Amino acid sequence: MAIEVRIPTILRSYTGGSKTVDGAGDSLGGLLSDLDGKYPGLRGRLVTEEGGLHRFVNVYVNDEDVRFLGSLEAKLSDGDTVTILPAVAGGAFGFAALAALAGR
Amino acid sequence: MAVLSISQAILDGIVAHARRDHPDEACGVVTGPIGADEPTRLIEMQNAARSMTFYEFDSMEYLKVWREMDDRDEEPVVIYHSHTATEAYPSRTDVSFAGWPEAHYLLVSTRDPETTEIRSYRIVDGVVTEEPVRIVDAKVDPMAVQSYMFGQSPTTVDYECRS
Repeated sequence: MAIEVRIPTILRSYTGGSKTVDGAGDSLGGLLSDLDGKYPGLRGRLVTEEGGLHRFVNVYVNDEDVRFLGSLEAKLSDGDTVTILPAVAGGAFGFAALAALAGR
Repeated sequence: MAVLSISQAILDGIVAHARRDHPDEACGVVTGPIGADEPTRLIEMQNAARSMTFYEFDSMEYLKVWREMDDRDEEPVVIYHSHTATEAYPSRTDVSFAGWPEAHYLLVSTRDPETTEIRSYRIVDGVVTEEPVRIVDAKVDPMAVQSYMFGQSPTTVDYECRS
């Protein structure tokens, strides 16, 4: 099952410079494990040590943000396109304080 | 040395956006042709956080804008946001999130109602490097442009613009 994955510039060091790569899996988690076999280290930039999707990336399946599709549980089908973008966020407030407020 | 070259019209647009959204943080992107390092198209983004201390591109708007950029062979040349009560220097949060190493991170401080502080940075692998901001305008005599130069010393870049 081929799924096209669009890789942002900042992660292309893991894919030998490729903008898009093909992977397989019936969920986002499965796809990332498959990709990590071919592109070691890539998964570690997307998934936290606790096993959740990293806050610093936005991941989409076709036109949907995977946060609304069950995150790593998001189902994939043949021909889907997964787009990875670096989250654009920040602000004057300290991240530690923000995380504390959010209860993370 | 790295420098951000940007037109007065686009800079004015960014400042107007930041002033309009004050006291919430404003954010957006200026795109340009891939590899040209030339910010040409200003896109004001929604701050999905709608906060005075945090900003985040709206997820769906970001995807739409990114696809548009991709179709036009553009890239984000400038990523800007405002700080509304503190200086125009990247916070630790800004540095943690900075995920476009090729982009100029432009910070606008609107804490002073009269004076807008504008400073530009590269943020690569967690390392912040300030760079001068140079106003370029094709319609302006190149000799005259020199009088718009500012931020000769990257540690003291401070562009003041009366609103």
